Amino acid sequence: MKKIMILLFVSLFSFSVNSNAKSITLGWAAWDPANALQELTKEFTAETGIDVNFEFVPWPNFADRMLNELNNKGKTFDLLIGDSQWIGAGAVYGHYVKLNDFFDKEGISMNDFSPATVYAYSTWPKGSENYYALPAMGDALAWAYRKDWFDRPELNSEFKKKHGYDLGVPANWNQLHDMCSFFQGREIDGQKRYGAAINTERGSEGITMGVTAAMYAWGMEYENPNKPYDMEGFFNSPQAVEAVEFYRKLYEDCAPPGHSDAYMVANLDAYKSGQVAFQMNWYAFWPGVSKEDSDGRVSGFFANPKQNVAAATLGGQGISVVKYSDKQDLALEYIKWFARPDVQQKWWDLGGYSCHNDVLNSPSFPTSTVYAQGFLDSMGIVKDFWQEPTFVELMLPMQEAIHDYVVNGKGTAKGALDKIIEEWVEVFEADGKL
Amino acid sequence: MSVKKKFKGLSDKAVAWLFIGPSVFLLLAINIYPLIYAIRMSFTNFYANKIGREPQFVGLKNYIKVLNKEAIWEKMQVTANFMFWTLLLQAVIGLGLALLLNRKFKGNELLTTLIVLPMMLSPAVVGVFWTYLYNPQVGLFNYVINFFHDFGSFDMIGSSVLAPWSIVIVDTWMWTPFTMLICLAGLRSVPNYLYEAAEVDRASKWQQFIYITLPSVLPFLLLALLFRGIENFKMFDMVVELTSGGPGSATELASINLKREAFEKWKTGYSSAFAVILFVTIFGFGNVYVKVMNKIKER
Repeated sequence: MKKIMILLFVSLFSFSVNSNAKSITLGWAAWDPANALQELTKEFTAETGIDVNFEFVPWPNFADRMLNELNNKGKTFDLLIGDSQWIGAGAVYGHYVKLNDFFDKEGISMNDFSPATVYAYSTWPKGSENYYALPAMGDALAWAYRKDWFDRPELNSEFKKKHGYDLGVPANWNQLHDMCSFFQGREIDGQKRYGAAINTERGSEGITMGVTAAMYAWGMEYENPNKPYDMEGFFNSPQAVEAVEFYRKLYEDCAPPGHSDAYMVANLDAYKSGQVAFQMNWYAFWPGVSKEDSDGRVSGFFANPKQNVAAATLGGQGISVVKYSDKQDLALEYIKWFARPDVQQKWWDLGGYSCHNDVLNSPSFPTSTVYAQGFLDSMGIVKDFWQEPTFVELMLPMQEAIHDYVVNGKGTAKGALDKIIEEWVEVFEADGKL
Repeated sequence: MSVKKKFKGLSDKAVAWLFIGPSVFLLLAINIYPLIYAIRMSFTNFYANKIGREPQFVGLKNYIKVLNKEAIWEKMQVTANFMFWTLLLQAVIGLGLALLLNRKFKGNELLTTLIVLPMMLSPAVVGVFWTYLYNPQVGLFNYVINFFHDFGSFDMIGSSVLAPWSIVIVDTWMWTPFTMLICLAGLRSVPNYLYEAAEVDRASKWQQFIYITLPSVLPFLLLALLFRGIENFKMFDMVVELTSGGPGSATELASINLKREAFEKWKTGYSSAFAVILFVTIFGFGNVYVKVMNKIKER
């Protein structure tokens, strides 16, 4: 009996030592791609013997949870798949490990990844060759539509009679509005349907990500390209004002009732439940939508329509090693594995959005899924919100002012943009940038 | 035996300190020290997320900034509206329910239990499920309202006119039972002989209510409102879950704004000044209120 107890104690002890030494924790948002990554990572564990624990945080709390962890120099995470806008704070405040030396040593070249994703997810200062993340999940805001409704001859002929062109992928935002408003309140198969589920969420970043899809397409710039942080006349240019006014019109004319605080999941639910003809959402959700429509009859997908220019809101994330981790070597081993082209191909196959050129440039890629070509198109035209270390301080006033104008119907678009600039100037001044 | 011996020599004062010591320590560590620290921070330009940047003394700058910011006054107005309507409704409905339940009838206890259920729920959970109840397409709330009169589809949470009422309704639904319970305790402490004497004097029911019931229950009601007032001044979770402070900033209470400034924008110095102002406000109001309440009690 005594021997058994000793054996049990020794095996338990060795197990705990083993699990402590050979395990890492990866933090990300709780959504479909995270499940795909978990699946993919089983191969890493099989190859290396390193266990990977996952902590997935729901999107509304994701930034709060992770940024608090980083600000408190927490050791919970060894690897973090953080939003593109965090890269500035990650680098400046020293939360992320600089990966240049590691990339050089392991022969990982950033030239092997799509330039837009390297720029957006990995570098700080922007455009420099200082890398703080490996592009992990390419993403952009795009649209899905009810192809099966569009294919109905009676609906198409009614639409064509009214607008003079066929129902289909909208060529610009005006056409998008025509189509969305056509379906608003329309009865199809005995049920009342609505136009579009668009981003209106107030708490985190939802409405900003939505309205910027319009603002970028109208040609908005955040600042004077020749004078950084000079926003007057750029962020509140007549085009930007028109885009914000248009977004409000889209909300008023086309959103389903009660869609006043909606983001990713709410848009997805509205679409999947058959309430709306269009949904605005991230590419990350398309594998899930597509999976339920194996013959491609119900849903179609398209990149953000252009207006004055072709542009799309950037999403997506890079994977970084947390500076406060005690297991940086194991975390780096994971990154080395994840950067491999064969792993990247599997990542795409499982529903993750690889940013590796070998995957994206493969001749079979555009036809590999119904949304693959749209993804390629989008990644060539993406624009991101400020990636400054103070991005949260910059995001919040925009959330409030835009929600106040678009959903609450208060004031004017110009007034809202002026107010945002006023707040942003204060933030940049406090940060010593102005 | 040895324990007995050990404590035998302790004076009453020492024993008293032994009992209150841990509480005093916790109070100092968890309440007083952070308060002093926050007051200190409020005079600096400290940002908790800017690692390595030493805070600089800025005098009263943060206080002046808070008090001169139009948006802050808007949030204070939203908070004041929320407090006024919730306290008024909870006082009236709570007292009414207490009067009803003070009568003896079959099912009284069951009804009391059912009425107090909402206040046992978590405010965050309440916030989440009321978002479903308020849903213009499938929500029960809209269905019930339209059952009585067809108002068509209306969005309680998405409309700037209705959203402030949406949080008032939920808070009233949740916390009226609290006011009711306190009032009920007050009602049950009124001696019966007062009513018997009033009957003998041929006082009407209304006169009995005005001259006996109301004065007796008023101190209890005021106490309940004091608790509710303090709670609602710092209301956060339910409103965040229900409206996120929106649409725009139509329901952004001072506490929500404070959290955003302190833990999302990380303006630690500025938000400390804001917190101190809120603390002084509620402390000042609380003191005045308690004095008024004591005067009423003495009458």
